Amino acid sequence: MTAPPDDCLARNEWLCGAYLDTRRHLLFDAVVQHLQLTVLSVLTGLAVALPLAVLARRWRWAAGPVLALTTVLYTIPSLAMFSLLLPLYGLSATLVVAGLVLYSLTLLVRNILAGLRAVPEETRQAALGLGYGPIRLLLTVELPLALPAAMAGLRIATVSAVSLVTVGAIVGFGGLGNLIYAGMNTYFKAQVLTASVLCVLIAVAADLLLLGVQRLITPWTRAARA
Amino acid sequence: MDQGGPGVNTLTAAWDWLTDPAHWPGADGIGHRLLQHLVLTVVCLAVSCLIALPVALVLGHLGKGGALAVNISNVGRAVPTFAVLVLLLLTPVGRWGEGPTVVALVLFAVPPLLTNAYVGVREVDRNVVQAARGMGMTGPQLLFHVELPLSLPLVMNGVRIAAVQLVATATIAALAGGGGLGRIITAGFNLASTPQVVAGAVLVAVFALLVEGVFEIVERLAPAWARGGR
Repeated sequence: MTAPPDDCLARNEWLCGAYLDTRRHLLFDAVVQHLQLTVLSVLTGLAVALPLAVLARRWRWAAGPVLALTTVLYTIPSLAMFSLLLPLYGLSATLVVAGLVLYSLTLLVRNILAGLRAVPEETRQAALGLGYGPIRLLLTVELPLALPAAMAGLRIATVSAVSLVTVGAIVGFGGLGNLIYAGMNTYFKAQVLTASVLCVLIAVAADLLLLGVQRLITPWTRAARA
Repeated sequence: MDQGGPGVNTLTAAWDWLTDPAHWPGADGIGHRLLQHLVLTVVCLAVSCLIALPVALVLGHLGKGGALAVNISNVGRAVPTFAVLVLLLLTPVGRWGEGPTVVALVLFAVPPLLTNAYVGVREVDRNVVQAARGMGMTGPQLLFHVELPLSLPLVMNGVRIAAVQLVATATIAALAGGGGLGRIITAGFNLASTPQVVAGAVLVAVFALLVEGVFEIVERLAPAWARGGR
């Protein structure tokens, strides 16, 4: 019988290089799942939020109910949200994505709507005077001017989604949250800390990436300040 | 599956679970979990306010530490609640019953309180502050008689965000073995009982909406000046 190896894994240390070496594939798969769940839910959320915000802008009476509904959704704690969707989606990745979409709606609708409302009336009138139809006005004037506010919402929604994906561990689809959950049950300190740190790194990287995109697609906001 | 469809069936089953008198008493009963959740939320909200509000008001009054006070909310959003709960559970704090839950709750309630109170004090009209100084008000008088009353709407908004955050965090605490209504959900998952999971989720959702509702009512009842110009 050989003696157990005396490395940081055996000693259950928080920081452990051997953990990174031996579980590289596990970590990689978890990060990929984490990114997939985040990207899918944020993009779906954006696809739903954009028409909602445009409709709420066009028809004033729709704004109140839309904002009230999304606020109510945002108030429901994540664990309860996933649980309420269980009868509809079962233990699946779709359940986690659906829950995250409902969360991102509040932030996205509110910010896009604020951006659309902030478009100066003179600008709209000028575009109308130039013969712009309602669709061309929306696509080429109103939406571009609403971009800074919309991007701010998108950044907050994305960072929140990265953090909330971990709760998906309750149904087995939590990306890095799965590793945290498993690490908790086995008191595996290195795994919990590594997964947690990776999660924060993903959130920060996503935020910086979106900030870069925002600068690229709204060059006029910098020109005005300079 | 019968004619009612899965949605209707589950809701009926969840309702039956909720109204079953056997599920209410005892340490794992709904009554005890509800009380735990309420106590955790209220106590941690009070503690967080005691920690965050004096710091934020003084910093706002002095106009110092603004970058920290504003950015701490963004940091709080990027750190997963669940990860913090598990990390705390594996530290010595974890051996102390509800320790990890209480520490995590306070950690996540402090950022919105800090940010909103700081911004609130800084956004008080500088002319009003100048006028108060001109009348010979001292620093503390200025803070308590001018800046605090005028920043109350934003301060209260921070308390409201913190309260909603506390209810959500207390729910997730169940994943890491903490008490509260989330335990009904996690127990439901362990038993593979969808009705119990849904029943627990409904309880949590109603609890969260009630907390939000209390703040809404307080805001409506408040005198006009305390509601702000919005």
